[in-house]
Amino acid sequence: MAILVIAEHDHAALRAATFNTVSAARKIGGDIHLLVAGTGCTAAAQAAATLAGVSKVRVADAPHYADQTAENLAALIVGNAAGYTYILAPATSFGKNLLPRVAALLDVAQISEIVGIESPDIFVRPIYAGNALATVQSADAVKVITVRPTAFDACGQGGSATVENIPAGPDLGLTQLVNRELTQSVRPELGAAQVIVSGGRGLVSAAHYHALLEPLADKLNAALGASRAAVDAGFVPNNYQVGQTGKVVAPQLYIAIGISGAIQHLAGMRDSKVIVAINKDADAPIFQVADYGLVGDLFKIVPELTAAL
Amino acid sequence: MKVLVPVKRVVDYNVRVRVRADQSGVELAGVKMALNPFDEIAVEEAVRLKEAGIATEVIAISCGATQCQEQLRTAMALGADRAILVETDAAQAEVLQALAVAKLLMAVCEREQPGLVILGKQAIDDDANQTGQMLAALLGWPQATFASKVVIVAGRAEVTREIDGGLETLSMTMPAVVTTDLRLNEPRYASLPNIIKAKKKPLDVLRPNDLGVDIAPRLTILKVVEPPRRQTGVKVADVAELVAKLRNEAKVI
Repeated sequence: MAILVIAEHDHAALRAATFNTVSAARKIGGDIHLLVAGTGCTAAAQAAATLAGVSKVRVADAPHYADQTAENLAALIVGNAAGYTYILAPATSFGKNLLPRVAALLDVAQISEIVGIESPDIFVRPIYAGNALATVQSADAVKVITVRPTAFDACGQGGSATVENIPAGPDLGLTQLVNRELTQSVRPELGAAQVIVSGGRGLVSAAHYHALLEPLADKLNAALGASRAAVDAGFVPNNYQVGQTGKVVAPQLYIAIGISGAIQHLAGMRDSKVIVAINKDADAPIFQVADYGLVGDLFKIVPELTAAL
Repeated sequence: MKVLVPVKRVVDYNVRVRVRADQSGVELAGVKMALNPFDEIAVEEAVRLKEAGIATEVIAISCGATQCQEQLRTAMALGADRAILVETDAAQAEVLQALAVAKLLMAVCEREQPGLVILGKQAIDDDANQTGQMLAALLGWPQATFASKVVIVAGRAEVTREIDGGLETLSMTMPAVVTTDLRLNEPRYASLPNIIKAKKKPLDVLRPNDLGVDIAPRLTILKVVEPPRRQTGVKVADVAELVAKLRNEAKVI
């Protein structure tokens, strides 16, 4: 039984979600291969070879993998799928975009965003924004699965996989990258941060969001997050959004500031270890999931909290 | 250019879902149903393309039980010109999965020859996030998922996508499949005259057999349960107490 894990990387380094996906593969059990498809991606491939539990790294290095488009990657994966019983990728914007394309080309279902593995063909996944958990059994010969990174610990280092170059797949020429605007930040990545300071509509403006939350995040070495309302209002870019349709996070500490707690937001942070809510409305739903709630004026409380740390 | 907009009937996003006592699924009896919010954004985008003179016809399509006609009427009230229902019986509808829907949509695309298919990035019931990508794969078309901006220029689609690190813009050949994210547009409200007009717009009903598609599910739902509840927390009086709790009790700072 062999498992192919699709590595998410930026050609130089692996993205953290890849480590969690390898962990899920180890839990399923079997020979684990990692596919690194990129352009000048030797460094990422070498990093992949050190992951604990990985026996082989397969590298496809070609110019048409520079932009990581789903069309070209899916063609490559399907061309190399023979012999694998499982194909896994992280349930990030990368994996969610790519893997259903692979599943359809293989004529199998995809099992989306699993949070648990019950047996080799039975998996647990959240539905209805995490308000229910479904246990599903796959009848397909190949199981194509995206893995929710926060549900599995990162795999360790210390492996020594063989690295094998494989021929590139076709360049389908369907899509071209025009430009990419990535938010530059010195803070920890939202999906992997130990502490997250998250702001909502209660902060009133972008200026207040930054003036109040950044000093607090600095003190805690935290990532910054936001509710949908804060993103829609233009306080911060889309990649800050935590929720059913944004990022799903599970840090050690999640501090929700001026966030009311719509179920779509709770879906993205309810698995955090400790949740703190600061909100002026004592009836806000966020208090129902918070371990520690502080009712009051965030404009007074947040600077006090920053000063007290 | 025809634009095809697949839409799904789902539990209204304001409803707090309850798991059935026998763990067979969530309770749907007597629950308010609605157009999947991401699909509503897709309908709006298609209608705007028509208003801009880029699309010539907007066709809404749904796969499922006969009640999906309500959501197709809603799509037509928002501006779709006509609708297609690929009708299954109620039991089949409950286990209709993304791969089967993608195959049904592919068959309809071969008949209708749209230049663009635009649909929600996920349905808020099963949160699968698969159908658009699968349809693009089956047709061999390019895909642009999680779209926050769509521009059609000189026979190509230029689509800005919301990705984990920020935004990216892809240019692609057409026909293409686009899936919508939240910030693509703000859907309009259907006006009363348009709701009445929508009742007279054409709605064709097909069967999966007419399209030669096997819709048997590949995944079996063994059980559906509520997620573990978080223990009820405490309210603290002030910042000093909060910091003390975080340091000494939770030990997270």
